Amino acid sequence: MPDLGRAALVTSLLLLVYALVAGSLAAWKGRRRLAESAQNALIGSFAATIVAAVVLLAALARHDFSFQYVADHTSRELPLGYTLTAFWGGQEGSLLLWLLVLGGYSVAAVLTGKRAGRDVLAWVVPVLGFVGTFFAFMLVFVSSPFATQRALADGAGLTPSLQNPYMAIHPPMLYLGYVGLTVPFAFAMGALLSRRTDERWIVATRRWTLAAWAFLGIGQLLGAHWAYVEIGWGGYYAWDPVENAALMPWLAATAFLHSVMIQERRGMLRVWNMVLVVLAFCLSIFGTFLTRSGVIQSIHSFAQSPLGSWFLGFICLTTVGSVGLVLLRLPLLRTKTRLESLVSREATFLYNNLLLVALALTILWGVVYPILSEAVTGEAASVSKPYYNFFLHSFGLPLLLLMGIGPLVAWRRASLRALGRTFLWPLAAALAAGVVLLALGAGSSRVGVIAYTFSVFGLASIVLEFARGTSARRALGGVGWPAAFSSLVARNRRRYGGYVVHASVVLLAIGVAGSSAYQTVREARLKPGDTMTVAGNRLVFRGFETRMESNHRAIRGLVDVYRGDKYLGRYKPGKNEYFAEDQISNEVSIRHNPLTGGDLFLIADQVNADGSIDLKALQKPLVNLIWLAGFVFVGGALIALWPDAREERRLAERYAGAAVRI
Amino acid sequence: MTTALVVGALLAIACIGLVALPFLREPSVRDDRLARPDELEQRRLALAEERDRALAALKELEFDHRTGKVSDDDYRELVGPLRAHAAEALRALDLRAEHTAEERVPARG
Repeated sequence: MPDLGRAALVTSLLLLVYALVAGSLAAWKGRRRLAESAQNALIGSFAATIVAAVVLLAALARHDFSFQYVADHTSRELPLGYTLTAFWGGQEGSLLLWLLVLGGYSVAAVLTGKRAGRDVLAWVVPVLGFVGTFFAFMLVFVSSPFATQRALADGAGLTPSLQNPYMAIHPPMLYLGYVGLTVPFAFAMGALLSRRTDERWIVATRRWTLAAWAFLGIGQLLGAHWAYVEIGWGGYYAWDPVENAALMPWLAATAFLHSVMIQERRGMLRVWNMVLVVLAFCLSIFGTFLTRSGVIQSIHSFAQSPLGSWFLGFICLTTVGSVGLVLLRLPLLRTKTRLESLVSREATFLYNNLLLVALALTILWGVVYPILSEAVTGEAASVSKPYYNFFLHSFGLPLLLLMGIGPLVAWRRASLRALGRTFLWPLAAALAAGVVLLALGAGSSRVGVIAYTFSVFGLASIVLEFARGTSARRALGGVGWPAAFSSLVARNRRRYGGYVVHASVVLLAIGVAGSSAYQTVREARLKPGDTMTVAGNRLVFRGFETRMESNHRAIRGLVDVYRGDKYLGRYKPGKNEYFAEDQISNEVSIRHNPLTGGDLFLIADQVNADGSIDLKALQKPLVNLIWLAGFVFVGGALIALWPDAREERRLAERYAGAAVRI
Repeated sequence: MTTALVVGALLAIACIGLVALPFLREPSVRDDRLARPDELEQRRLALAEERDRALAALKELEFDHRTGKVSDDDYRELVGPLRAHAAEALRALDLRAEHTAEERVPARG
């Protein structure tokens, strides 16, 4: 079977090389059948990659330890679910997942991207082939999941932190995001190569970009929740380089989603949009490089591997090539339209773009600096939490404010009188919230009060936008409020879906501010019967219980929680000792309070031989709003992604002449 | 091993067939050129985009006015040029359509 996997990967690589070479030739010389053939090669390579993926899955399911990958990442005791998700638990498998997802995206984007025009599409195929060739090459020659060995009796098992249900969903979501950013990149490059820099490439990739961005966002939130419930340090985001690696392209893609609206409405920022697409794609490859190369120390990184230099070469080649192409086509990207006023919707989008890109680049510097300093001085300097927090506050808080300001400002220009009228209620709500928060003692964290005040301003402006829009639609159509509301959203899905996403970001900000700026932490060594108090909760340690599971021994501390005299329940923080992996994991216990949105978070830092426990207890106010934000985010993204028949008809009419399959 | 060989061979054959399909389906063709929009079509597309942008801007202005984001004074000042721009884009598109039709009639004849 490994031979079949290897053969499938070689077939995939050959087809991708063909799509790259023949596709380039076809687009350059204008050969129709060759272009079709190159497109078919992309489809064939996807089929071949599916075969390779099935071979690996089958090997995992059968515990075939003659596959080195299976032996390195699973064991016989590992439950079937985790055995299968070990597909992406290691470096080689995750690269195969990259290629698989890229194949799916490539086929779907090319088959549905007719609107880009046959000439643009002809160049999109070799660009997708180029990216695919790199990953297929890595899988065939550098890091194969089909390397074999003498079959062992058992495998090494899976890292305990990966033995979590989130393992099934977090990595695939992130990959759908990372890899999905290849589609707008390929169409942007296709537009530049074919010298067709009108809006067709944007129209063709609008949904793909939005979907990739949404997947990346959801993937990060799932990762944050995974870290929260599994890693056992009491937080959800640690500015780990690999967490940052997913955040950076997401920020760049967020900037693009905003600035592309200015291009669509005003015909401006065409160069900037190209730069953002290139930046988002290069950062997504950089993120993969960080995870796969082992160049940094991170809980996510796989072992030091030979992939680093290949990835670095690919990133350099892609960046230099795409930036060079943008520069070469600058004359085609110039526009006559200028910004009419610094107080306008497009200006707020521009400010938002600058802040998002600045945040992405400062995070990039924080990630890269230790690597550079190690390369130059031989010692890795560390960039720690205060650095990131400083820039998060410097750029994130103004972004939060801009999210409230943007929807209230008109396109082109806004007069002071109109601004005064539209800002009145959100400003009043924000000021009132600020005063109440200070009166309640929230002034212990200045950043927290600012974040909450800006959040209230943002939420008020979103609510006002929906209310005013519904009212205007009601006056226009003479219908009731519900009908006016649904008509408003249905006619402007991207805008109102975007507002719902904004609301999710506000919820996220409130949750992050509450759980970080206002959290309470207590630590104590407790013997059975001892008590500690955290944020009004009395914790009584009762002793330990131990049980054997299929692949680990679970030790749990028994902690009874009281509020005053009221018994709130027994919570069981502890540790798991994994046999095959010879590792110990922290298993936290969390008491959710649905009424306040806060959590009591218990960690068994140390299980002592004398029967005592080193218990760490954190009271995290409003932390559950972060997870609620995830659901709101999905809702907003779905509204924005939902097809709009009216818009489709308009675009069909616009591109009637050019929309023909290659 | 045999199953792997058979599946591998089938995969390779299917892929070769898929890649060769355009040439097998049309072994010899009169015109193998990849059609590209000519100057006329490109101009029409640019005008259609301009028209859509102008109409969207007008619609947006109306909506912003109704929701109070644009004052009456600003609305009066902005709506004229936007209407003129939209009308110009529509006119240019109509003219282009007429020209295209005229140029294509002799070509058919």
